[in-house]
Amino acid sequence: MIPTTNRSASTALTPEAIAESIAADETVASEPVALYALGLGDDALVLAHRLGEWITHAPELEEDVALGNIGLDLLGHARSLLTYAGSAWGTSEDDLAYFRGESEFRNRQLFEQPNGDFAHTIARQLFASVYFDGLYRALRRSTDPTLAAIAAKATKEVDYHLDHSVQWLLRLGLGTEESHRRMQRGLDAMWPFVGELFRAETGLPEGGVAHVPLDVTDGGTLGGVVVDLEPLRSAFDEIVPRLITDAGLTVPTVPFARGGGREGRHTEALGPMLAEMQVLARAHPGVTW
Amino acid sequence: MTSASTLGETRGHGGVERGHIVHADAVLERQARPRPLNEAERAIWDLAATVVDPEVPVLTIEDLGVLRGVTFATASGSVTVEITPTYSGCPAVDAMRDDIVGVLHGNGYDDVSVKVVLAPAWTTDWLSDEGRTKLEEYGIAAPGPRRGGGTVSLGLGIRCPRCGSMHTRQLSRFGSTSCKALYVCQRCQEPFDHFKEH
Repeated sequence: MIPTTNRSASTALTPEAIAESIAADETVASEPVALYALGLGDDALVLAHRLGEWITHAPELEEDVALGNIGLDLLGHARSLLTYAGSAWGTSEDDLAYFRGESEFRNRQLFEQPNGDFAHTIARQLFASVYFDGLYRALRRSTDPTLAAIAAKATKEVDYHLDHSVQWLLRLGLGTEESHRRMQRGLDAMWPFVGELFRAETGLPEGGVAHVPLDVTDGGTLGGVVVDLEPLRSAFDEIVPRLITDAGLTVPTVPFARGGGREGRHTEALGPMLAEMQVLARAHPGVTW
Repeated sequence: MTSASTLGETRGHGGVERGHIVHADAVLERQARPRPLNEAERAIWDLAATVVDPEVPVLTIEDLGVLRGVTFATASGSVTVEITPTYSGCPAVDAMRDDIVGVLHGNGYDDVSVKVVLAPAWTTDWLSDEGRTKLEEYGIAAPGPRRGGGTVSLGLGIRCPRCGSMHTRQLSRFGSTSCKALYVCQRCQEPFDHFKEH
């Protein structure tokens, strides 16, 4: 997904080569683990693309750089997760990113929501960062060593992203009347998609995954492969309303949307986004740039 | 001053627990730069260690702690070099991979593969002292120590690499690359990059 130049045939720079090196390390994901990684990878990929849309459009140069940097970190997570997922099916990260249709994407719907104005993006990023922060912290103790390694790396990065969102939430919420109004509108617009974030993973073959929950409150115990989302929801419910109130804003009361991203059901926003993201790779299959 | 010799001495003194402290610095240094002990592999390591970070060309991948390991299969002559990215999405990894292969090919190692490893996750604590000095001379404020594995403490002032003043201000939490933030010196007015604690 990162443009790779075709410098020399002997230097293996392609994502396929990364996939090979993962495969050589005997870390091939089982089907259920691959599906899990695919969902997390799609979350990161879709949000990374949305953030990339801000470049040259942000309200100030520093924010172009900031949102671009956050997107780049997320793209890094996506590449690792999709490469790992693809190891189960012999597909590359590029196959998964560029050659799946809308209904094959498994991202939760929050991440595909359009950027809106800057406050919409900050609201989306705030919810996303709190979710990723809890998720990756817990996933570091997954019994799957590849997932644990990806999560350990991601945790440090997401921590910084969360800080960025919180600072903007406070600045906009406590700023002018207009910034306050817009921040509130952004929170209200993104809130319906919060509910789906903590809905249990579905579509995983039964009995395929050791569904023993990871206890996020206890540093010592280690249960299974995937993260139990219930404790993450409690943490979210405790942290986010407090942050919103501190910023002088009101916790939204709009009902949650139906969700279904993990089953391939998406809002109308995803299709056009994918069309733009995939057009080059589909018009010129196999191209490198 | 290695931890091993310190411990060895202690045992020689009839169980006196004097030298009980394992040298934390030496342990960290070993973790940051796991240079192989095997002579053939050490030679390859030293060649790979000359590759510089394309974004910060005063630092070698060894200074950074990005070079993680070298294995050499004597029978087949194949070489595997392990590197770790500073940040998950760091695009410099591809250039480093290219450069490692290039320098080893140039020195007679034909069968070279570079493997990207994610664990243990990279930290700025692995930056060598020499690397920190080189960074400062290059005009980038070096990272401080990470606090106990927790969140980054931003309350501390960052010293201006040009005039040495502590009177500096963060302009942007994100800079020209993933690993840097943008600062400005209030005294000499120069903007400068700070290598973020990570």
